[in-house]
Amino acid sequence: MHKDITTSRATVDKRAVLQQLYDFLPVSAVLHEAEDTRPYECDGLSAYRQLPWIVVLPETVDQVQRVLSFCHSQHLPVVARGAGTGLSAGALPHEEGILLSLARFNKIIDIDTDNRCATVQPGVRNLAISEAAAPYGLFYAPDPSSQIACTIGGNVAENSGGVHCLKYGLTTHNLLQLKIITLEGEALTIGSPGLDAPGYDLLALMTGSEGLLGVIVEVTVKLLPRPEHTQVILAAYDNVESAGTAVAAVIAAGLIPAGLEMMDNPAIRAAEAYAHASYPTDAAAILLCELDGTAAEVDSQSVQIQELFKQSGAVDVRVAEDEAQRQRFWAGRKAAFPAVGRLSPDYYCMDGTIPRKRLAEVLKQIGELSAEYGLPVANVFHAGDGNLHPLILYDANKPGELERTEEFGGRILELCVAVGGTITGEHGVGVEKIDQMCVQFNATELAQFHRIKAAFDNEGLLNPGKAIPTLHRCAEFGAMHVHHGKLSHPELDRF
Amino acid sequence: MSSDIGQQLCEQVHDASKTGTPLSIRGGQSKRFFANEVNAIPLDVSGHYGITGYEPTELVITARAGTLLADIKSSLENSGQMLAFEPPSFGADATLGGTIATGLSGPRRPFNGAARDFVLGVRCINGNGESLRFGGEVIKNVAGYDVARLMTGALGTLGVITEVSLKVLPKPRYETTLIFEFDLADSFQRIPRWLEKPMPVSALCFDQQRLWLRLSGTEEGVKSAIKRLGGENATDASQFWHDLNEQKLDFFAKSEPLWRISVPANSRLPEFDKQAFLDWGGAQRWLHSERPAPEIQDRVSEVGGHATLFRGVSGQHGVFQPLPAEMLALHKRLKQAFDPRGVLNPGRMYAGI
Ligand SMILES: Cc1cc2nc3c(=O)[nH]c(=O)nc-3n(C[C@H](O)[C@H](O)[C@H](O)COP(=O)(O)OP(=O)(O)OC[C@H]3O[C@@H](n4cnc5c(N)ncnc54)[C@H](O)[C@@H]3O)c2cc1C
Repeated sequence: MHKDITTSRATVDKRAVLQQLYDFLPVSAVLHEAEDTRPYECDGLSAYRQLPWIVVLPETVDQVQRVLSFCHSQHLPVVARGAGTGLSAGALPHEEGILLSLARFNKIIDIDTDNRCATVQPGVRNLAISEAAAPYGLFYAPDPSSQIACTIGGNVAENSGGVHCLKYGLTTHNLLQLKIITLEGEALTIGSPGLDAPGYDLLALMTGSEGLLGVIVEVTVKLLPRPEHTQVILAAYDNVESAGTAVAAVIAAGLIPAGLEMMDNPAIRAAEAYAHASYPTDAAAILLCELDGTAAEVDSQSVQIQELFKQSGAVDVRVAEDEAQRQRFWAGRKAAFPAVGRLSPDYYCMDGTIPRKRLAEVLKQIGELSAEYGLPVANVFHAGDGNLHPLILYDANKPGELERTEEFGGRILELCVAVGGTITGEHGVGVEKIDQMCVQFNATELAQFHRIKAAFDNEGLLNPGKAIPTLHRCAEFGAMHVHHGKLSHPELDRF
Repeated sequence: MSSDIGQQLCEQVHDASKTGTPLSIRGGQSKRFFANEVNAIPLDVSGHYGITGYEPTELVITARAGTLLADIKSSLENSGQMLAFEPPSFGADATLGGTIATGLSGPRRPFNGAARDFVLGVRCINGNGESLRFGGEVIKNVAGYDVARLMTGALGTLGVITEVSLKVLPKPRYETTLIFEFDLADSFQRIPRWLEKPMPVSALCFDQQRLWLRLSGTEEGVKSAIKRLGGENATDASQFWHDLNEQKLDFFAKSEPLWRISVPANSRLPEFDKQAFLDWGGAQRWLHSERPAPEIQDRVSEVGGHATLFRGVSGQHGVFQPLPAEMLALHKRLKQAFDPRGVLNPGRMYAGI
């Protein structure tokens, strides 16, 4: 792609750097030949690729400290990486920097049942935490769809969500303590094993900071008791407006389901063809509503919600009859991305958030943009919390189509901001949405972000070129945008 | 009208930054007793008030910082919703800005989350007098660093909060409080065994005589938990939880300094536990003590916690647990990043920030 994320620096002697790395890393922990480093050239957003200069795979915290203080002393950029499932090119390597993989930090250090928390290394997979807690009847709530692969370190760096975050919150709501290594190689403990810590809420600041402020080497997460009973209701609608109204009606009735997901017709069709979830393929939209709690609680809420769905015009309401059917209902939703991926050579997943009440209007405008760009879109929506994932179908082999897709995606994000939402609900900014940051924040706010960054990393060596655009970049983006006449910059009322 | 006040506040901070004049940010002054005292020119935010947006079905309320907490609570109440972190007010004049700047949360905190967990966005004025907006009015938002949450509990030292968006929740339909005649040892044993089961617990404290447990949720959920737990039904429970939150229970009526001890819920502190009031299932303990600060703080830090002199003598200083040197240095760099001339509530949290 054409986003110049690297600032040119004098070429460093690679061999000298390797020699110094071998001082404190075993040979097996350093990769530098293209054939070895190739697997690290991209994350889950594979349209952005950059072969890493050097990859290191330390196994001890001491090694991480030495890697970082080495990078600091040599002024080398360093990019942390978990499982590489990120969807915003946050873990894209730097062409003249070190890619620091935390993959070997895969141990669960402690499960504390008395205080209901787990302390784990950053490379532990999200699902592995819940698996380790399961014998005690506990689980770790945030459940990104990528949970079998993504790491907890990556989850913290992105503040990841999942289909259950309406009730259980995002990563930031489920953390107690982090151990991080600063660029200088210093170890800091952030948060505490209790419910708060003295001083500033650095736990909040670190969560979602996309590897720009420090490298996470240990994470303590909260565990919750696994609910006794779960139920899923599927409701089909012949128009998206009614489905949107139904979501508002559930909230207005004082109910907070564990999950509340929406899919539009193209997404339903794709998921059905792929996962055979018995979705009604002629519906304009379906809602999947998960309830959890005690059996009595779930039953009474289920009756109430079915009623609300019918009142809001559902053409079909089904309750999963057993666990197998519940799993099947979810299978379609959880496989939505790969399912859509089968319809077309490539797809591009967007991640805006909007106030829920603007849903119908936003979907309509996305439909219009889809026609304008000649690119089909399927929409998957975390309806309970307003997080929209439009999936744009394209073919990267057709000249210019990727560029058109990106432009289309950018306009969707700008639309989200225009209706009072945000450019990213859970996937992060990375390289991908860096231009749209200029739409969401003004120059003073961006300058404040840069000063925060400097308080941790004065030279800008931790994951450079990601998450926060330079003011210069925004000026160029703004000029280009105004030139195309696509976006106006009304000076927002500041109060 | 209020928008002019916002502009004036910016100008006041801007002027102060030019001359390096420290400001003491004020809302309703209800929490003046808390944290370190700042002797500086007052910056009054209380005139900047008003709910600017409340959409019950979006679960979000936005209001200017000077809005009375009581007004927010009653607006939410009218729609059957609430601030789920149950902020204490410590006085009728409590404002939203002070609530967020102190970041204090009530009995529900271990079960529903703290003030910071419900903050979705803030507008604030940094030490240069620039008005900035971070976060927003949507529940999921990961664009940029999470400055909105960073401002929560920062005691105004990083910015003057001028507007806050909060996530709100429906009020539970059914609520019961159970009382158990337990002693301290029993309580420590039972609490973790209860909490590892999925029950709609929304408050849990031990007052040295009884264990109080509140259940909130659907009628069915609460009733099935009661069946499992036993205990006796408390009368007047909502008054009890209110008085605990506002520190109006008899326990708080002593004259010795009041310490707030924050520790992992199940840690044992035999030196203090027999005199303490254990809230948050044990994670927040209140202790009246004349012991010197280091004695309390060193002991508490052995179990990974920290202690705050919550109510001491007037004009108090050094109330928070000292930070390790490298953490204090980072705090100073962050302070510098937001308030380079050190004009916003200097020293309110720690000397030098
Ligand atoms: C099919 C699919 C479904 C997905 N579904 C969801 C979903 O439902 N919800 C959701 O939120 N996301 C989802 N994602 C996105 C992705 O899985 C998450 O962002 C995840 O948290 C990334 O974890 P990772 O270990 O792969 O991190 P990586 O991709 O390796 O890295 C992500 C970022 O974190 C930084 N980082 C990684 N580890 C550390 C560390 N130890 N210290 C400091 N920085 C670090 C990196 O520098 C990078 O900026 C999905 C992705 C895919 C491919």
